[in-house]
Amino acid sequence: MRNRPTPARGGARAAAGGVLVGGVLAGCGSGTSGPPAVDLYNAPQEHLAQIVRRCNGIAGGAYRIRLNTLPRGADDQREQLVRRLAAGDTGLDVLGLDVTWTAELAEAGWIREWTGADAARARQGTLAAPLDTALWHGRLYAAPYNTNVQLLWYRSDLIPSPPRTWTGLMAESARLAREGRPAYGEVTGAQYEGLVVWFNSLVASAGGSILTPGGEHVALGPPALEALRVMRAFARSKAADPSLSNTREDDARLAVEAGRGAYEINWPFVYASMVANRPAMAARFRWAPYPGIDGTGRSPLGGANFAVSRYSRHPRAAFRAALCLRDPESQRVAAVEDGLPPTIEAVYGAPGMAKAYPMRQTIEEALRTAAPRPKTPTYQNVSTVTAVTLSPPRSIDPPRTLRTLRSLIGDALRSRGVLP
Amino acid sequence: MIGRTASQGARDERRLGWWLCAPAGLVMLLVTGWPVVYSVLLSLQRYDLRFPDRKAWIGLANYGTVLTSAFWWNAVGVTVLVTVVSVAIELVLGMAIALVMYRTLVARGLVRAAVLIPYGIVTVAAAYGWKYAWTPGTGWLAGFLPAGSAPLTERWPALGIIILAEVWKTTPFMSLLLMAGLALVPEDTLKAAAMDGASAWQRFRLVVLPLMAPTILAALLFRILDAVRIFDDIYVLTNGAQRTSSVSIIAYHNLVSGLNLGIGSTMSVLVFLGVAVVPVVFVKLLGASAPGQDRGR
Repeated sequence: MRNRPTPARGGARAAAGGVLVGGVLAGCGSGTSGPPAVDLYNAPQEHLAQIVRRCNGIAGGAYRIRLNTLPRGADDQREQLVRRLAAGDTGLDVLGLDVTWTAELAEAGWIREWTGADAARARQGTLAAPLDTALWHGRLYAAPYNTNVQLLWYRSDLIPSPPRTWTGLMAESARLAREGRPAYGEVTGAQYEGLVVWFNSLVASAGGSILTPGGEHVALGPPALEALRVMRAFARSKAADPSLSNTREDDARLAVEAGRGAYEINWPFVYASMVANRPAMAARFRWAPYPGIDGTGRSPLGGANFAVSRYSRHPRAAFRAALCLRDPESQRVAAVEDGLPPTIEAVYGAPGMAKAYPMRQTIEEALRTAAPRPKTPTYQNVSTVTAVTLSPPRSIDPPRTLRTLRSLIGDALRSRGVLP
Repeated sequence: MIGRTASQGARDERRLGWWLCAPAGLVMLLVTGWPVVYSVLLSLQRYDLRFPDRKAWIGLANYGTVLTSAFWWNAVGVTVLVTVVSVAIELVLGMAIALVMYRTLVARGLVRAAVLIPYGIVTVAAAYGWKYAWTPGTGWLAGFLPAGSAPLTERWPALGIIILAEVWKTTPFMSLLLMAGLALVPEDTLKAAAMDGASAWQRFRLVVLPLMAPTILAALLFRILDAVRIFDDIYVLTNGAQRTSSVSIIAYHNLVSGLNLGIGSTMSVLVFLGVAVVPVVFVKLLGASAPGQDRGR
């Protein structure tokens, strides 16, 4: 398939205008003639092809982005990327990275640092919290594409005024249970990243962190003990769905849509889903800030950034392509069409946002205090052992669980740990 | 004089045989020997792809880490459990199917082909079949369970399904091997036993089983070696969640997901040693040999 002759003359014009033809030939082209091909690897996103088409048009023949879709699961995405990067695969140019992978890939030397004008453009107008997820040791390794925060989503017919703390939520559930109405609070309690996200936000809400700021040592301490107490209490309260220890984001969404849950802690995608699936319930489906320990909590911070592979053969084109893929118009499309909150502040005021994002004000406020996950090259290991240790939440024994966490995370940081 | 030339010729022929085998032997040594040696070398190093600068020779420290890890011993326990239970069930089921296949009078070819179908299906494809069958909402098997149960998300039900998938897939292989052993039992011996008044059960227990012992041992050996390395069924069904990792799965997680070549290779070496122990035990303690070799005994 390589070196297939492409029409030499007018090739640039064909790429610029004839996107359909470009799409057909995209699988067969190579770097020998025509514009350099930039291979983009990203998680499944419905309207990403539309964004890619627009950028290929703007490029005017300077490059041609080819969209490659990674598996749906975050672990599978990471596995494919790191396996190929470890082997020095030159077939990857622009990588769509989860916010938690920056340190790992940067430390291993698999992604390029953003410098000069490119870095300036990536930073310009970008919100502080998402930008920080693209930094490792103060250097920029990716351009923020989208961000995300979890909020409290509740049914106002069951909960007239949303509590600001986990204790308050448990009290509401107890009241609803006494009244014989739907009482469950849906949280991501299954043994996976979602459980770590919950724990991390609780620790942050209690004023602590899992790792020390440099990511070199275990922090935890009294805030973590407080977080473990809350998780245990919640899992044993009237708020706990019996399937809590198997609940992921989508299960939580479905439980509330099915009328079993009174509220859920989840990403904003649940709003569009509720409007589409249960229009009647959607009228009373409200949002509030993430709950905390003794006041509003610190929401988990999600999202994705674009990085350029160390082994890319066209780094210049790759950086330019990445900048286009995350420019305000691309982010607007991703936000309005695919429900991915933008990282550029100005996009929140763009046309169409008010309808797609009635909760954008709350998202922007949550972003100011959102709790990022620990920054360490061994995040995958830290996360895995944390999830295993905290599962199932009702079996948490705060002081003992804290000791186990401290020891396993400590081993993981020194790459001495064993993954289960 | 004639005898001497003959033996001279035989010796030449043998030497030629060695020469002809040499290229294949060399290739075997390179493609199987070197990876084994390389794994051992990696297992003696701190080598995490994420920290290329911290690479160092650390002796047997990785072995200490792995052998004191609760995750590792859990994986060993799961592997042993799956091996023992699935091979035991396969032996009994396989023997029953072998008897049916051997004694069947009508449509013998069809029966044998039908029995072999599960073995012919790619393991990963079959594993996905099982996975979807047990997934609440979509699966036909999950529909028989009480509402809200998700067996693959709980430890013991998940282990049960893994064993079920293994048994379903490899019982045909077991029965095929055992049927070859059944063919070694002389009809005359069975007739003589029947004449002496032995019941069907007595003939099976006292005549067929002892004569088939070498075949059974060989079949068990093959299946145990296979089962100890179990990977694809678990990878698809649970990927090691809820403490269902086998030793191969945990080695894969540390090598490929964890990028920790030192720890991962240490696990590979330990799996290799574990697998190597099995045939030694079989040959030295149980006197296993290839089927048919002891026919004249």
